[in-house]
Amino acid sequence: MLGRLTIEALPFYSWVAMGGAGVTVLGGVAVFLLITYLRAWKVLWTDWLTSVDHKKIGIMYVVLSLVMLVRGFVDALMMRAQQAVALNNEGYLPPEHFEQIFSSHGTIMIFFVAMPFLTGLINIVVPQQIGARDVAFPFLNSVSLWLTAAGAGLVLVSLVIGKFSQAGWTGYPPYSGIEYSPGVGVDYWLWALIVSGFGSTLAGINFIVTIIKNRCPGMKFMRMPLFTWTALCVSILIAFAFPGLTVVAAQLTLDRTLGFHFFTNGDGGNMMLFANLLWIWGHPEVYILILPAFGIFSEVVATFSRKRLFGYASLVYATACIALLSFTVWLHHFFTMGSSSNVNAVFGIATMIIAVPTGVKIFDWLFTLYRGRIEFHPAMVFTIGFMVTFVIGGVTGVLLALPPADYLMHNSTFLVAHFHNMLIPGALFGYFAGMNYWFPKAFGFKLDVKWGMRSFWFWFIGFYLAFMPLYVLGFMGMSRRMEHYADPTWQPYLIVAALGAICVLCGIVCIAVQLYVSAKNWGSARDITGDPWNGRTLEWATSSPPAPYNFAVLPQVEDIDAFHDMKIRGVAYQVPDRYEDIVMPKSSGLGPILGGLAFVLGFAMVWYIWWLAALCLVLSLVCVGIRAFDDDSDYIFPAAEVERMEKARLEQITPADLHDMRDFLPVGPASGEILPGRV
Amino acid sequence: MIEANSGRSARRSSRPLAAVLLLTAGALLQGCGLSDAPVLFPKGPIALAERNLLFTAFAIMMIVAIPAIVLTLFFAWRYRKRKNGAVYTPEWDGSWIIEAVVWLVPGAIVVVLGTLVWTRTHEFDPYKPIVSDKPAFRVQAVALDWKWLFVYPELGVASVNELAFPADRPLSIEITSDTVMNSLMIPALGGQIYAMAGMRSELNLMADGPGVFMGRNTMYSGDGFSDQHFKAHALNEDDFTAWKEKVTASPDVLDAKAYLELHKQSVANPVSYYSSTEAKLFEIILRKYAPIMGPYESEAAELICRGAA
Repeated sequence: MLGRLTIEALPFYSWVAMGGAGVTVLGGVAVFLLITYLRAWKVLWTDWLTSVDHKKIGIMYVVLSLVMLVRGFVDALMMRAQQAVALNNEGYLPPEHFEQIFSSHGTIMIFFVAMPFLTGLINIVVPQQIGARDVAFPFLNSVSLWLTAAGAGLVLVSLVIGKFSQAGWTGYPPYSGIEYSPGVGVDYWLWALIVSGFGSTLAGINFIVTIIKNRCPGMKFMRMPLFTWTALCVSILIAFAFPGLTVVAAQLTLDRTLGFHFFTNGDGGNMMLFANLLWIWGHPEVYILILPAFGIFSEVVATFSRKRLFGYASLVYATACIALLSFTVWLHHFFTMGSSSNVNAVFGIATMIIAVPTGVKIFDWLFTLYRGRIEFHPAMVFTIGFMVTFVIGGVTGVLLALPPADYLMHNSTFLVAHFHNMLIPGALFGYFAGMNYWFPKAFGFKLDVKWGMRSFWFWFIGFYLAFMPLYVLGFMGMSRRMEHYADPTWQPYLIVAALGAICVLCGIVCIAVQLYVSAKNWGSARDITGDPWNGRTLEWATSSPPAPYNFAVLPQVEDIDAFHDMKIRGVAYQVPDRYEDIVMPKSSGLGPILGGLAFVLGFAMVWYIWWLAALCLVLSLVCVGIRAFDDDSDYIFPAAEVERMEKARLEQITPADLHDMRDFLPVGPASGEILPGRV
Repeated sequence: MIEANSGRSARRSSRPLAAVLLLTAGALLQGCGLSDAPVLFPKGPIALAERNLLFTAFAIMMIVAIPAIVLTLFFAWRYRKRKNGAVYTPEWDGSWIIEAVVWLVPGAIVVVLGTLVWTRTHEFDPYKPIVSDKPAFRVQAVALDWKWLFVYPELGVASVNELAFPADRPLSIEITSDTVMNSLMIPALGGQIYAMAGMRSELNLMADGPGVFMGRNTMYSGDGFSDQHFKAHALNEDDFTAWKEKVTASPDVLDAKAYLELHKQSVANPVSYYSSTEAKLFEIILRKYAPIMGPYESEAAELICRGAA
């Protein structure tokens, strides 16, 4: 009846497992009680969980990401603490726990922090940047969110019922095969990947179509903001790369559950196939995480330098080059598998070629700073911190791209330092910059600057303290994933790294305080105009938070920096002659229901509860069928209501709220070339 | 090692300041425990060449990396918002000269590095035998949970968690795994290569002279992974003869039954020696994972192939 689920799945076998389970359960109960206390269940369900509004979906993605960031970071802290003490002793974590922790840390940070964070930001911003009222497929968007949440739920529940994978976030077979990992851990990992991977693929398809089809009049491709460009490239990468992951996860699931032999040691299996398939997804994935951050940096650096972005076309082509090349380098993740010199050399060179467009981007941002008037807003400071630190990661990346050097550094802490050097400053700093930058757009008030700066400094210094020692340890011959070690010269470095982790913890606390302080003082930091930073792109033309329809009248775009251009021409904040009815998608409970079914399906498959899995599958198909035959999925937002909302908004704006645009008016040759269409 | 280096360089430059700087650097490295860092101070020609490639590439990349970092900080400071600030050109958004430089200079660097990658990757192919006036010393390494078995076909003996070889001969290791994926590495002598069941990989290394080096599995393989390390002894002629005698005198024999016993999982397995091994043990372990099982060439082969399967 319950497959292999027995009472022994409960974590009463060790204090670490019980502690983790306890915190998870208590956290869940606390959230439940809080919502009940606030009597917010109905509002939560009707206004948020069932919403198909891209802005609300985006916010929910980011909330999911921040919650999972805390969970993934606790893992990091535990690992750093373990390695700081485990010289010639077992430390405080037995191998079994240490292995689950590093496996869940990687899985959570990639799939349930970075992916939802970037998808959330794309959701909130991209439709507004292209002057659209919603994404192409609003309901599909909701399904994507809930599938991602279901995957995250599977990782969280593994802490309470059963165990998580001990095979690392990459889950290389044969170790992750049934012969060497007979428990449920790898299955939890696989089903979390499969379920959330479907969600990501659907989100990718949704945004390809949205960006290609939903642009407002005049928004040509070469006028799209850089963040939209990166979102487009990333969506294409997602749509092509994620199926690879889903297939490889499905194959390993077949191996484990039905006794197939794709990747087993014997019987014709081949683990090298797994490595290839995994990294055919895995390397584009790196750019899926980083490119949106590049887009954010491009927006932030232009806005806070008060300047047009330098080399727009160059940045667009560089982004496209990176996206294309990201599919040609996967083999550099396993130069040491014994490929011939020709193969290794080709992939090494291909990897280095990616450094060229990436370098170009850095220099384009650099020359956007040049002769600007830079304001050190937290978003900007995260951007500058990124530019400095990312260069180091780029250099170590090219070092690892040299096959003979990689033979030395592969599987070492040098590698760990390198990819954290790419993903923390490269991706996470970008998302934080985006959070500080677009928060007023999403919520209508600004984030506290003081706590934002503090969070930056803790993250920045914490990053260097935590990962520079790991670079050195790589030279000293320390492998990654070691639960204990015997070399006393390593310990000082690991202690410094642990201090770095504590510093990052302070950074996370600062972000929490920043959110709290900002919410408490929201009245004094309100964004009346919808354009708090004197922004350049279309999302700043809407109110903050935007009306459900974003734009009462679809804008007409004439320039790359569409909204900046409107402000200069004096056509921003104009009242149209008449408003029209707007067709809007209806909320739907089927999104969260499908997510819930996917969660139970995954859980049932992990524990071999076949009847439940079959039931969930059938019910999911029924839900999809119901939706497919529902012809009444839209409603009309009446013109009168639009007019009322727009008037109320515009009446609030006084001339004093508007930004001084005199700096940008052409005054002479010093202001550079004047584009046609300007005053 | 580091003292010797700094001393030599100081003599060459014959400038006291340089000598002081180098000695300080030496002391600093010593203090940070870096003087033993196997990757920075290799003990064999292959590792040295690989390290030098690392250093060369690092130096070449500084051409781009240093200006990028310095200019970022400089521009951010110079063009910060203030009264009577520096020149401000809000509409300036492109320059063909700058674009050409930022595309072509990194491009040129990649051409240089790419050439380096092509030649060096071929030159330091781990499968390539090392040219030497003496023949290579052959060893067969088998990754087990969680220990390394070394079989010496020339001597007909085997050892667990200890590798010994003549210091004056190149070392040619054939590698496989009788468990999950492992990776064999002796960082002071050179890079690593994966060990995979049913497959044979190769690693050619050489030591500068006698010495003891840390070796380990670098590929996470389960609970005993942290302790899966061994010492590699490069021995001079006398010491190697003595080692050979010690192993040959061991009462243990690695026949099929003993191998099955060894194959069982064990953590931090003590060093052990076998005075003789099953014939073609390495080949039998390789064929254990072949898709077609029998017929087996011997009873021992059948026992090993089917015993743990």
